[in-house]
Amino acid sequence: MSATPAQKPTLLSIRNIAKQFGRNVVLRDVSLEIAEGEFLTILGESGSGKTTLLRIIAGFETATSGEVWMGAERLDQQPPFRRRVNTVFQNYALFPHLTVEQNVAYGLRVARRPDAEIEQRVAEALGKVKMTAHAKKKPSKISGGQQQRVALARALVNRPNLLLLDEPLSALDANLRRQMQVELKSLQREVGIAFVFVTHDQEEAMVMSDRIALLRSGELEQVATPREIYSRPETAYVAQFIGHTNLLRAEVRDGVARCGALSWRTSTTDGPTLFSLRPEHLRPSSVASNGTVRVKGKVLQQAFHGATSLVRVECADGLVLVMRTSSGALTAQEVELEFSPADAIPVRESPERS
Amino acid sequence: MFSRAYKTAVTVPPLAWVAVFLLFPYALMFCYSFWSVTPAQTILHSWSLDNYKELFQKPVYWQTLLRSMWIAARVMLFSLLLGYPLAYFLSFYAGKRKDLLYQMVIIPLWVSYLVRAYAWKTILGSDGVLNTLLQYVHLTSHPLDFLLYSPFAVVLTLTHIYTPFTILPIYASLEHIPRNLVEASHDLGATLAQTFWKVIFPLSIPGVVAGATFAFVLSLGDFLAPLLLGGPSGIMISNIVVSLFGAAYNWPLGAAISLGMLVIVVSLLFMSERLEKKWSF
Repeated sequence: MSATPAQKPTLLSIRNIAKQFGRNVVLRDVSLEIAEGEFLTILGESGSGKTTLLRIIAGFETATSGEVWMGAERLDQQPPFRRRVNTVFQNYALFPHLTVEQNVAYGLRVARRPDAEIEQRVAEALGKVKMTAHAKKKPSKISGGQQQRVALARALVNRPNLLLLDEPLSALDANLRRQMQVELKSLQREVGIAFVFVTHDQEEAMVMSDRIALLRSGELEQVATPREIYSRPETAYVAQFIGHTNLLRAEVRDGVARCGALSWRTSTTDGPTLFSLRPEHLRPSSVASNGTVRVKGKVLQQAFHGATSLVRVECADGLVLVMRTSSGALTAQEVELEFSPADAIPVRESPERS
Repeated sequence: MFSRAYKTAVTVPPLAWVAVFLLFPYALMFCYSFWSVTPAQTILHSWSLDNYKELFQKPVYWQTLLRSMWIAARVMLFSLLLGYPLAYFLSFYAGKRKDLLYQMVIIPLWVSYLVRAYAWKTILGSDGVLNTLLQYVHLTSHPLDFLLYSPFAVVLTLTHIYTPFTILPIYASLEHIPRNLVEASHDLGATLAQTFWKVIFPLSIPGVVAGATFAFVLSLGDFLAPLLLGGPSGIMISNIVVSLFGAAYNWPLGAAISLGMLVIVVSLLFMSERLEKKWSF
């Protein structure tokens, strides 16, 4: 697993966390470090254990084994109300009997801060999320997106060391969601608080995160920057989960990988190896290029995605490749594709886990 | 969506039932309350407000009404004090035993009212379980007589009988509180006590109001507990109504008292409805 970016000190360190509910293993041996001011996304399918991991950091669940440290302080033995960590809940969990303003003031009130300070900090927090005009309204009178902002203000007003966000955008419609992604990211830069963001949406993770921790069946598959995790996936699962990919099952011998009729040079060690080849690295072959791997095939299907199209091509030996092209629809039924050997990334198999 | 005949078939029977067994008797009572009874014990169908005047002029009626309300208020208070913690425990901490404990709250409701009232009689009487025990351990040398045939006995019995009626609505309102609100409160730094007073209790107020209304209204109209355990000092307003409709044969005055109580109870229900609405989200 890749380490925390060196320039920033570690804020939170999760050490060998495991969690079982009865016989059901939800997390096994998860270790992860979160740097100060970092935007880290825990990405995974439903049931991957991402929300459980978040709840362990917040203190709503107790880990079966392992430790959570914040600096020199052991966090996992403290009740949630003593942790300098705040959460934005999936359905916002705003107090329905309190106004927007009272919701935001809640954390400061229970901490018995002086009235003048509360008033000033609440006003500031509401201003930051552009909700000042709705201060006196009850949560039921404002929209989902606005509730979202209030939930953010309510958490941030306490100036936590770390903010946890449990799929906060999943209830919003697509347009608002994209808008909130941008706002959330710029808000995070502005306040400089580390965010741990849980989502099942890989696109959301790519857009917002400094780093992505991809969780699968309770284990971390890869922790890396969005660029790294996309261009250098370590496992077949990562390659498939983040974006589209073609998985080529090849046999490597003496520096040459063979997959059906295809063969290319590789620096991987000998043996059966999976390669990930992104659809955008495939293209109709041209005379000019050399050193590329070429393969002939038949166009099966073309799917228009706006700026690009995905073309499914069946090669002579039954291998189906997906190519991304931005040059409009292909007219020919028979095509020759090519790719650079460097774009075929060797990945580890992802074994089945229960 | 449904045919006219179907709609008629399902709405007419209940409406007819309400008309025949509720509205008609009330209308009859309403009429009676303006009539009077002759010394020869026949009902005189002449209209006057004399019955209502008598209610206000004779202290025994409004004093008994006040005593009844005072008893009902105490029953309400004790039911809430006993019922709320139980409902809270049941909803938040009972875990796997929740269903079992819930059933144990319900089961006493299946036992006949009379059996439960009589049980208290055998517990509180001068030869009863409690007095025998107190004398046996020499806490007292002679039976305590305030235990039975007193307002105390009535309050105790009614509290026992009506506490489940307060537990159920409180439990229901506690069950409706999304648990992530409790988590959010802890997350924002609130302790267990702060969370209870700032989040859980305010959100359970509709249940508290409903439970309090049940306990108060049901006890206010109760006549069996005071009859069996109240003695002369524990008489309640319904006992007077019963005797006016029975031995005293003064239906008009009985009807006037009944309507007076109806007005009180309906206004209470109206107020509690308003309160519940104000506190539901």
